[in-house]
Amino acid sequence: MVNESSAPPIMIDNLHKSFGDQTVLNGISLHVERGETVAVLGRSGIGKSVLLKLIIGLQPSDSGSVKINGQEITGLDARQMNEVRKRIGFLFQEAALYDSLTVEENVAFPLSRHTKISDADRKKRVRELLGSVGMDQALEKMPSEISGGMQKRVGLARALALDPNILLFDEPTTGLDPITAAEIGKLILELKQKREMTAIVVTHDIRGAKVFSDRMVLIHEGNILAEGPLAELQKSKHPFVIQFLKDSS
Amino acid sequence: MPTNASSGTLATSHALVRDAAFKSILTTGFEWFGELGIFCARVFRAAVAPPYELGELFRQCDIIGAKSLPLVALAGAATGVVLSLQTHDALIRFGAKSLLPAVIVFSIVKESGPVITGLVVAGRVGAGIGAELGSMKVTEQIDAMEASAVDPYKFLAATRVLACILMLPLLTLAADFSGLIMGWLANTLADPISFRLFLENGFKSVQFTDFIPPTFKTAVFGLIIGAVACFQGMRTRGGTEGVGRAATSSVVLSSLFVILADVVLVRLILMLWG
Repeated sequence: MVNESSAPPIMIDNLHKSFGDQTVLNGISLHVERGETVAVLGRSGIGKSVLLKLIIGLQPSDSGSVKINGQEITGLDARQMNEVRKRIGFLFQEAALYDSLTVEENVAFPLSRHTKISDADRKKRVRELLGSVGMDQALEKMPSEISGGMQKRVGLARALALDPNILLFDEPTTGLDPITAAEIGKLILELKQKREMTAIVVTHDIRGAKVFSDRMVLIHEGNILAEGPLAELQKSKHPFVIQFLKDSS
Repeated sequence: MPTNASSGTLATSHALVRDAAFKSILTTGFEWFGELGIFCARVFRAAVAPPYELGELFRQCDIIGAKSLPLVALAGAATGVVLSLQTHDALIRFGAKSLLPAVIVFSIVKESGPVITGLVVAGRVGAGIGAELGSMKVTEQIDAMEASAVDPYKFLAATRVLACILMLPLLTLAADFSGLIMGWLANTLADPISFRLFLENGFKSVQFTDFIPPTFKTAVFGLIIGAVACFQGMRTRGGTEGVGRAATSSVVLSSLFVILADVVLVRLILMLWG
C-alpha cells in the first residue's frame, strides 16, 4: 500500500468507463499532487463530470485504478467508500442543495451525520463555514429563495463541512454572470491558498481556470489530449487544442 | 395488388414485429421486477443496519400519517354513507333491516376500510414520494447525499417505506371509525337508532379475527406503496418530464399492486382464520 503522506491525494490510472456502446473514458490517467488545483477542460458530454463521479464513487468504473489519499477505491464496499467520501468535498453543477432544508440545515447536514459535536458547536461551525463564503446572512432562507450564485456558495460551504483535503468542482461557474463567476473563482483560489486543498475543477471557463488552477487538462475522445499551464497548451500544434482554445477565449 | 407470396412475407414480418414487441414488454417487465427486488433488498439492508434515522422516520410518519388523516377519514366517511344508503334499501327488500349495522360493520372493517385507505394513501403518498424523490434525483440531490457519505437508501427510502408500513394500519382505524360513524348517521336519518345500539348490533358477531388481520394487512399495502414509490422516484431520468412520469407511475403501479395484493391477502386470511 502506498504511504498516504507521500502519495498524490488523487491518482487515476488507465481508467475506462462506457455507457452501452459509447466509450466515455478510454484509459485516462491523471495524478493530482497535494495542494494542486487541476482544471479539466473539454467539450460538453465527453465525460468530465463522469470522471468526478468515478473519483467519488457515485458511478462504478469499468476498469482501471482510482486511489484517493493512497487508498484504492475501486471495489470498496459502501461503508468503506463512505469513509473515503468524508475526505472529499463535492460541489455539484447546480449546487444540489436539499430543497426541503434551509441554508443552515443544508450545511449542517453532513456535520449532524458524521460528527458528535454539540448543537451549539454545530451552529457555530455552520456560521463559520457560511461566513467563509459570504453567506452568513441567509441562514434561514430556503434554497429556492436565493440566486444561483448564492446556491453555489452554500454548496461550497456544505462541501467544506467535514474539512476535506480534496475538493471536486463540477462546472462551478456555469450559468453565472461574469461577476459572480469571478467571485466563485476567487473563492476557489482562496481555498487553495488558505487550506492547501487538492482540487479538480471541471470547467468551460478557461479565463477563470487560468486564475485558480496550477495545471489544465484537456480531455478529448476519452483521454487526455494536452496538459500543462495555459501557456503550454497555447503552444500545442494539435488542431483540436488550437480550435478549443480559440473558441473558448 | 400484392401477390400471395408478398402478402405471406408481409404477414410473417408483422408476426415477427409482434413477437419482438411482446418479448420486449416481457423483458422490460422482468427487468423491472428484478430491479425492484434488488432495490428492496438494499433498502432492507440499509434499514436494519445502525445508525437508525429515527428523526427522519418520525418526520415521515407525520407527513405520511398525520397529513393523510383528513383525506382517509373523509374517504372512510363517504364509504360509510354509501354503504348505509345502498344496503338499507336492499335489506328492506329482503326483510332483513335489523342486519344493517352488522352489514356495515363487517363491510367496513373487513374490506372497505383497508382497501379505501390503501388506495387513498397510494394516491396521495405514492405521488408525493415519487415526485419528491424524482425531483431530488434529477437535481442531483440524491448524488449530493451519497457524496456526503450518507446512504440515500437508508435516509430517504428506508424511512419512507417504514413510515408507510407503520402508518397504514393506524390510518385504516381512522377510516373504519369515520365510516362507522357516518354509516350510523346516514342510517339514523332514515331510520333512527342510537349509536350505542347500532354498535352493539353491529359488533355482536364480530370477533378479533374479523378485525385484526384485515387491519394489519394494510401494513403490506404500506410496504407496497412505499417501496414502489421510492423505487420509481429514485430511478427517475429525464428532467421535469421524468419527475411527472415517476409520480404518475408511482400512483398507478402502487394502486394496482395494492388491489392485487388484496386479492392474495384476503384469500390468505380466509385460509388462516376462516
